[in-house]
Amino acid sequence: MNSGREVSDGRLTVEGFSVAARAFADKWKIHNQSFPPWSWVPLINRTLHLSNQQEEGYLSLEEILILSSLEESPEDESLNVATDCLEKEESVDHTILNQENEAHYYDFHIVYSSSYKVPVLYFRGYCSGGQPLSLDVIKKDLPSCSVSLLHESKWTFITQEEHPYLNRPWFKLHPCGTEDWIKLLSQSSISTGCQMPVDLYLVSWFSVVGQVVGLRIPLEMLN
Amino acid sequence: MANEAVKYVWEGAIPLQIHLHKSDVASHPSPPPALVLAPRIGYLPLLIPHIKPYFKDSLPPGEDSIWFDYKGVPLKWYIPTGVLFDLLCAEPERPWNLTVHFRGYPSNILIPCEGEDSVKWNFVNSLKEAQYIINGNCKNVMNMSQSDQEDLWTSVMNGDLDAYTKLSPKLKMATIEDEFSRKASLSSPQSRQGATEMDVAGQIKTARVPVRLYVRSINQDFENIEDVPGIDTWDDISYLNRPVEFLREEGKCFTLRNAIESLLPEFIGDRAQTSGEERSRDDDNTEEADGLLREMGEIKLARIQGIEMKLEIPFSWVVNNLMNPEFYLHISVLVKAPQR
Repeated sequence: MNSGREVSDGRLTVEGFSVAARAFADKWKIHNQSFPPWSWVPLINRTLHLSNQQEEGYLSLEEILILSSLEESPEDESLNVATDCLEKEESVDHTILNQENEAHYYDFHIVYSSSYKVPVLYFRGYCSGGQPLSLDVIKKDLPSCSVSLLHESKWTFITQEEHPYLNRPWFKLHPCGTEDWIKLLSQSSISTGCQMPVDLYLVSWFSVVGQVVGLRIPLEMLN
Repeated sequence: MANEAVKYVWEGAIPLQIHLHKSDVASHPSPPPALVLAPRIGYLPLLIPHIKPYFKDSLPPGEDSIWFDYKGVPLKWYIPTGVLFDLLCAEPERPWNLTVHFRGYPSNILIPCEGEDSVKWNFVNSLKEAQYIINGNCKNVMNMSQSDQEDLWTSVMNGDLDAYTKLSPKLKMATIEDEFSRKASLSSPQSRQGATEMDVAGQIKTARVPVRLYVRSINQDFENIEDVPGIDTWDDISYLNRPVEFLREEGKCFTLRNAIESLLPEFIGDRAQTSGEERSRDDDNTEEADGLLREMGEIKLARIQGIEMKLEIPFSWVVNNLMNPEFYLHISVLVKAPQR
């Protein structure tokens, strides 16, 4: 399997994932400054001392404070309140008030699946006391279009599974069919057939997947 | 030969002695433990209908949320019972003493279990993942009729190998050519496949094999396996859900050792198998060689279906005969960590 510069079948190698992850994190840092940056967590396993010949890891974005907007306007279907608002002078944290007026925190991990050869989004929500949030509560925090996307689409559904590395229950966005819609994205964005440069893979992937959990990315990231 | 091994795997069972946790005991005297024979390829929640009758009169009022622990470690219900036993009991304990709880489900550690449905969902999901790894897609599982899927699951739940054998061909899982039969079939047209990866009979030359590796790492040598300390938490185990890339090289046999080392590259190099090799190691007595040997880890023990495996066995045989019904090969490994 080549760890080349391009992806043509919608799937990633483990090396490709590392490359794509760094490219994604860098672009996010530049274009999405209203959010904290993603960090790369290497798989230095405490019982195994995995060698770093091929550094494996996952992307982590944690402690995102989410509250839903007090005046819900139908157009503003996003958790990302500040991105396009250049007028905003004060620095905004990513806080939107939720129905119960309680602080809900979210962690997001982008982990590589060696079985399916695609990235997978894991996430979880918790209160300030650390108590985990159930999926019903989480759905209330998501913009309504995400919730209907969850109900309608066949490929995005959320299941509760054990995090592949952390021995804890997390929510996972199902990867089935990922390679198919990545191929579709490749076709529409690049005229030279189905090729997608590796470093754009996660950006393209997240432009779709992020919306399901209410995280929009600015269009500039897709360049 | 192959069929006999599969039969043994399906018939494998672990005697359990299940104690009700004292906080769940609302009767006096507390009930005696339940004795249950648990199929290796089964799952703990499926035993609940057999266990609950023993304890129902002792339980406090309220709703049940059942979970098990072994020496304080909550047991992951989605791991086959045989694998849990091979992994957590360095020295096999017979009967295996477990504690059952009917309250206080540790939902911050264990994913929820809603009885048989959860176990079935987990099984089908693993089957899809295994098929994706083997065939490159999971359409055969997805296209299976609801009743066939039900029947397949029921055959596993009941340990009915005959029923399973009738249904599993519908999955059209590509097979791995057995190293033993390879030589015999060298003259057959199938073995002359060139560029294509898959021939008409579905035998793959470059294969990906679904493997779940459970690694327990220790820092020192133990004379007896029973001296290896038990785990305190699941963080003491490294879990790798990662396919093995099965390499078919002319004249070489891809062994179980090769497979494990491909997943744990830092353990490559433990070659102290024969006294001949031992001697040549001693001869190479430079500082550098010593340093290197000290650094490398060592695979102490590999258990599959309760068998302590000889690492030189052809991997293809291991896969074809010892995998679980969802087409995953579960390997429990005890390693000595590389010294750094």
